[in-house]
Amino acid sequence: MSTPDLIRQRLAALEPETYTLEDESAQHRGHAGAASGGGHFRLTLVSHKFRNLSTLARHRLVYEAMGELMQREIHALSITALTPEEL
Amino acid sequence: MTPLDRIRDQVTNNTVVLYMKGTPQFPQCGFSSRAAQVLQACGVKDFLAVSVLADPEIFENLKYYANWPTFPQLYVKGELIGGSDIMIEMYQKGEIQKLLEEAQAA
Repeated sequence: MSTPDLIRQRLAALEPETYTLEDESAQHRGHAGAASGGGHFRLTLVSHKFRNLSTLARHRLVYEAMGELMQREIHALSITALTPEEL
Repeated sequence: MTPLDRIRDQVTNNTVVLYMKGTPQFPQCGFSSRAAQVLQACGVKDFLAVSVLADPEIFENLKYYANWPTFPQLYVKGELIGGSDIMIEMYQKGEIQKLLEEAQAA
């Protein structure tokens, strides 16, 4: 399964209403950090599960859902985590 | 001293600590660069910048300290504030300026 598919599968746990994942790996090819093979992604999630949570806590939820994907498949992840009301 | 003890020492003995890839002058990653820029835009001159690339022990162990898997990481008064996305979001809302000002005044 490709990394974007794995990410989508993991983040289904957050019951997102909106889910956008941009793979920006190509922009980073060749820089030192990309040597490990991990991808660069930009994620936008809208979920009711973010209600009443600080940004820090929202990012923690995303990282927890991603689990060990953060250690290998993903080198960099930019997160925008919103509630439906914040759209 | 274990790596986690060293991290605890750094974040408790310095008001503002930024763990990053490279240095504020020569950042080695776009996220770290933006994090350092936020601190500079807030007028924070006196912060400890730790390059995780120059310290393999900290590179390996920082993720366990506050259970946060990515770099950069900003600590203010020993507490994890977040990575570069959170720093930029707080900057846009004017929150991080206030937080840093209060921390440095204390």
